[in-house]
Amino acid sequence: MNLFLDALNFLFDPANLTGANGIVPRLVDHVWYTGLSMAVAIVIGIPLGLLVGHTGRGRNAVVALSSAARALPTLGLIFLIILYTGLGVGPLIVVLVILAVPPLLAGAYSGLEAVNRPTIDAARAIGMTEWQILLKVEIPLAMPLIFGGIRSATLQVIATATIAGYVGLTGLGRFLIEGLALRDYKLALAGAILVIALALCVDAILALAQRLVVPHGVARGLTRHPDESAAPTPRQHGRVSTAPSNP
Amino acid sequence: MIEFHSVTKRFPDGTLAVEDFSLVLPSRKTTVFVGSSGCGKTTLLRMINRMIDPSSGSIEIDGVDIASGSAVALRRSIGYVMQNSGLLPHRRVIDNIATVPLLKGVKKADAHTQAMELLDTVGLDRALAYRYPSQLSGGQQQRVGVARGLAVNPNILLMDEPFGAVDPIVRDDLQQELLRLQHDLDKTVVFVTHDIDEAFLLGDQVVILEKGAQIAQVGTPKEILANPASDFVASFIGADRGKRRLAVDSTVARSGDDVVLVDGAGYVAGVIEAPGGVLPGSGVGVGTNSRARSVSNKTDQAGDA
Amino acid sequence: MLWLWDNLDLVLRLTADHVRLSIIPIVVGFIVCIPFGWLANRYTVARTILLTLGGVLFSIPSLALFVTLPALLGTRILDEANVVVALSIYAIAVMVRGAADAFSSVSRDVISSSTAVGFSAVSRFWTVEFPLAGPVLLASLRVVSVSTVSLLSVGSLIGVQSLGYLFINGYQRDFPEEILIGIVFTVIVAVLFDTILVLVGRLLMPWTRATPRRRSVTSAAAPVTA
Repeated sequence: MNLFLDALNFLFDPANLTGANGIVPRLVDHVWYTGLSMAVAIVIGIPLGLLVGHTGRGRNAVVALSSAARALPTLGLIFLIILYTGLGVGPLIVVLVILAVPPLLAGAYSGLEAVNRPTIDAARAIGMTEWQILLKVEIPLAMPLIFGGIRSATLQVIATATIAGYVGLTGLGRFLIEGLALRDYKLALAGAILVIALALCVDAILALAQRLVVPHGVARGLTRHPDESAAPTPRQHGRVSTAPSNP
Repeated sequence: MIEFHSVTKRFPDGTLAVEDFSLVLPSRKTTVFVGSSGCGKTTLLRMINRMIDPSSGSIEIDGVDIASGSAVALRRSIGYVMQNSGLLPHRRVIDNIATVPLLKGVKKADAHTQAMELLDTVGLDRALAYRYPSQLSGGQQQRVGVARGLAVNPNILLMDEPFGAVDPIVRDDLQQELLRLQHDLDKTVVFVTHDIDEAFLLGDQVVILEKGAQIAQVGTPKEILANPASDFVASFIGADRGKRRLAVDSTVARSGDDVVLVDGAGYVAGVIEAPGGVLPGSGVGVGTNSRARSVSNKTDQAGDA
Repeated sequence: MLWLWDNLDLVLRLTADHVRLSIIPIVVGFIVCIPFGWLANRYTVARTILLTLGGVLFSIPSLALFVTLPALLGTRILDEANVVVALSIYAIAVMVRGAADAFSSVSRDVISSSTAVGFSAVSRFWTVEFPLAGPVLLASLRVVSVSTVSLLSVGSLIGVQSLGYLFINGYQRDFPEEILIGIVFTVIVAVLFDTILVLVGRLLMPWTRATPRRRSVTSAAAPVTA
């Protein structure tokens, strides 16, 4: 427990808070990378996933892409891309976007696919246009899974941005990496605690947002019978199973 | 009036669901399509609001080809009720009923007032208006489905096995409710079922279909019962097993004025009131004539055909 | 490619380490999830607690968890145990949720009819519920297997030997080919594991092959003929 006390001492030492290499600027950087990449990834991934889910076209490509993304080691990917593009915030954002898109795509696509077919059929039969079906029926009903995709993508981005510390970019990962490199375990542990706290806070905020956004009446009983869930994606209520792909 | 002109539907997988179907469905009457699974009856129904477009042939409503306008506008002008209600699970009952009026731009307050009235129309307590569909029983959901179908005050109401998934007692209620509604509202109803008793109960015009939506017989329930056009129809309505052909049972001792009827297989089917032991209009005393008189059993819900 | 032939020994040794270290969490996750999944399926309170806890653990970035565990477990920072325990925690977090879903996917009718024909609670679990939950369990297990293999390489940042070493070494030497070979071998291991799981699943659950693909039937959009 002494180790934790040391780490906490480091965290609560006002001298470590500000300054160029302080906790606050690195936290801001970490959040900035995460927010920016998520914004870009959402703009790309969600409309694409909705398109695939609504039309049913490109379904196989999405399934293949999301399982491939799960198998690819993020650490290797980030190093490889940075070797080719050179160091910088730009390439980092590109890597983070690449990693965030598959879970978003899968969430949006599987969310739409999980919507009860007769409900959509009925919406069409009473005279909704395709747009109205998408906006007023499919998206609200798919919200839990769409949000699940957003949450797991965000966690993955926060985790991967931590590794960016290794290639010299700032962010909370720097404390961790510096600590490991200097064999200063107190510093590494402090960095780890910061990263964990950030991840948990962000996920909690997203969980609250999800409660606000997901319509009532959807939380239960929106989907098909459980035994219809398709391998190899297990149904994980509200969270798309890109599983711990956080590096 | 809905007219089918040589309508054929072949699905992309090659299934010929409907082949050269022509029929007139009179206005303000209930037409029932009845047949076994896969006979194409739902396909016929879904072609009326263009959920399915025919491969060839045309469908006219009041003389206008339905393919000439937009499918969405057509669907909004026709009520549609399906099995399992098809309600939107994320909207309260009242918003479900008001869905189409709201889509058409009716003010929310007006649409809600009207939705409340429709709850009365279909015999539901107004207190249910603010529940979600999952909080209702199956029968209540179907009533909400009917209310939604009526929300735009359509001339035509399409009903696709609407009572197929509710238990028999609730189904009886819903059927009676529909008869009452039809009596009050005078819509052109097109009803699909595989239950011949339901067809005979609800239909002014009953259309018995074979595979590929071939018409085996069309007529009023009376006409069909009296003269089944083919062995298929006879079998379908249960006439061949004697279910529909009842005879006075002369072996049972009479007590009072009722006379016991048995079906062709000898099972008790019901009783008939025969004051003084005399069948109305016959002048013949029951039991005095060994040649029992036939009585058509217009569907007392006892048959399972 | 030349680099691969020159360093085949190293690559194969790292691959062997990778296989060895990733098997443990997968097996642990599978074994632990069965009682917990059963609990979560049986009791709502247990479900809430277990799944919330799983969700929290699952949110922890792996590098941070690798680094935190020595302080909790009293291990040394370079111990393999840190990585194995961390990956087991993820595996359990995902598998408990998957197992709860798997058990709830077993039809109520089947369970009550097997009770009715006289199975005891224990034999019903092992002969009815567990096998019928198999397909959904397998699906979760496949997710866990693939992500464990992929995550393990992050452990090389704290010095645990696996194919991840090739990423770090390749990056430090500015040598993309080495990284690429690391990625390819990681994917090969993941695919190998997945194939084995699928084959074992087919062997143990022959009935799943006999079932037609329901989804394509029920969710086919258009033709509804009555």
